Amino acid sequence: MQAPSKNPIRISWQALFSVLMFGFMYLPILVLGFYSFNQSPNSAQWGGFTLSWYVKFFNDSRILSALSDSLKVAFCAVGISAIIGTLMAVGLARYKFPGKQLYQGVSYLPLIIPDIAIAVSTLVFLAVIAVPLSLWTIVAAHTVFCLSYVAFVVSTRLVNLNPHLEEAAQDLGATPYQSLVMVLLPELMPAIVSGCLLAFVLSMDDFLISSFTAGGGATTLPMEIFSRIRTSVKPDINALSVVLMVTSGAVALIAETIRYRSEKKRLQ
Amino acid sequence: MSQTATQNQQATDTHVGFDVELRKVFKVFNGDTVVRGVDLSIRRGEFFSILGPSGCGKTTTLRLIAGFETPSAGDVLIRGQSMLNVPPYRRPANTVFQNYALFSHLTVWENVAFGLRIKKCRKSETQERVKEALKLVKMDGFANRFPAQLSGGQQQRVALARALINRPTVVLLDEPLGALDLKLRKEMQVELSNLHQELGVTFVLVTHDQEEALSLSDRIAVMVEGKVEQIGTPSQIYDRPQTPFVADFIGDTNLFRGKIEGAHPTMLWIITDRGLKMKVQPTDASGLPLTSGAVVVSVRPEKVNVSFSPPDDAINCFEGRLKHVMYLGTHVHYVVQLRSGDQLTVRQPNALNVPDSDTPIYLHWGADDCLALPE
Repeated sequence: MQAPSKNPIRISWQALFSVLMFGFMYLPILVLGFYSFNQSPNSAQWGGFTLSWYVKFFNDSRILSALSDSLKVAFCAVGISAIIGTLMAVGLARYKFPGKQLYQGVSYLPLIIPDIAIAVSTLVFLAVIAVPLSLWTIVAAHTVFCLSYVAFVVSTRLVNLNPHLEEAAQDLGATPYQSLVMVLLPELMPAIVSGCLLAFVLSMDDFLISSFTAGGGATTLPMEIFSRIRTSVKPDINALSVVLMVTSGAVALIAETIRYRSEKKRLQ
Repeated sequence: MSQTATQNQQATDTHVGFDVELRKVFKVFNGDTVVRGVDLSIRRGEFFSILGPSGCGKTTTLRLIAGFETPSAGDVLIRGQSMLNVPPYRRPANTVFQNYALFSHLTVWENVAFGLRIKKCRKSETQERVKEALKLVKMDGFANRFPAQLSGGQQQRVALARALINRPTVVLLDEPLGALDLKLRKEMQVELSNLHQELGVTFVLVTHDQEEALSLSDRIAVMVEGKVEQIGTPSQIYDRPQTPFVADFIGDTNLFRGKIEGAHPTMLWIITDRGLKMKVQPTDASGLPLTSGAVVVSVRPEKVNVSFSPPDDAINCFEGRLKHVMYLGTHVHYVVQLRSGDQLTVRQPNALNVPDSDTPIYLHWGADDCLALPE
């Protein structure tokens, strides 16, 4: 045991390792954020502080329309997945039917299959059934993997739930439908929300599947960004990235706060 | 809280006096027969226990009454009405589940009010009844807590209040005290008993704890392997078990396998497999009088007398040596090995000075202190 006064700063190798890891992960992002305020159009040199890239970005109609396409896709895909995915998880957990094992295995496959395989096969499938590509084909393709994520998160929560909750509700006079809506869904809500957030982020992030299944002038944000950086990285893309990060950070913070508050209320 | 009439109960109320009846009920799960022809008639206002070892089908029997399982054969009646086509949410029975199954997203108040909310009860009435129910289980100070903020005993009380709020004909309790520690369990037993007396509602309790069943119940059904072995009051079950299983399962006992050597209306002479000769007074409780064949003799530890010299009265007297002493606070259990090789447990008050393992001791009991049960 050493007296604290003799050696006030003791750097353990664990602390060092942690600092290195955080630096490795977040330094590039910090650099990016830093250069988004750079007056010089070339990334390499510092030309003074400016917000002009942010102004430019918010006046760029192509980026804004790409953002709105992305949001449309994400909201639609996550909305559909939230409903079907939750029902799927509940159905798989509560009922027995022939082929259940197979269904269970197949339903989580999109988590494992590489995106490129989903992208190509969806494109081929859409061609075969002769559906013209549009914004809605992206929604359909995104629903494929969003569904798996929502179902996966919800079914994890279902396993830990008291199996007699619905029986207790029915015992007190609730019909099976009432017990689903008034007891099971509220009990699953934290899992449904976190599954949706996860799916939302992945949908917003997706480039590969979107670019294969997009049509009819639909362009998602990652597609737009990718098409721009093929020429050069401009500081307005930096500004866009910062806005995206701050927004998603804020969403995560809010969701986490809500979750934490409700958990604290329940488990003190 | 009094029993209120459920909508359809008056129509054919031919079985006045019975709240719950099971008639030759069978339940098969995937080719496994869990309940085998159970017949039960539970009287109105009775505290009835279904007692048995784990896996004996007692919980399934309760779930058949609640409606969570449908019988493979037979009939379940509540107040004389067949419940076969009645789903659980229309049965006048409410359950206290083993792990309480409280709704964790609702407060204590909302949990208790759930049944009334479903029934679309008026707000003022709901307020009043929830308040009353919480007061009944002494949880009125916890209305705004969430279940996870409560201790096991408190959750238990909330589960009870929630089951009582709908004023059911029968309250079903599935090992309600199993998760509590010993002291709390004793407290809750007393409160369950008080609640039952106060409300006059029929309670059906499922338990594997024989002490709990004996102390709380008006009548007990002992179940084993899906069948009811014996139904009776606690004292009938304890003092007059009809089968060796019941004698062994309820309380402690010493069993001797043997066969009848001679029979007289007032006395049976039995020789055990290890050659002990016993005299047993026959009882009428076991139905047909025993006259011959294989029997099991049951002697309760507290009925056995101990002495250090051969007693004058040589009925059922056997010499042995002390093997173990089990100190149990208020009394002591001696494990005595007889010369025949049989081991007996003997219950004695605490005071006796313990003999060493070489001292011969004599165990004896009267012919009316033991039972002969058909094998």
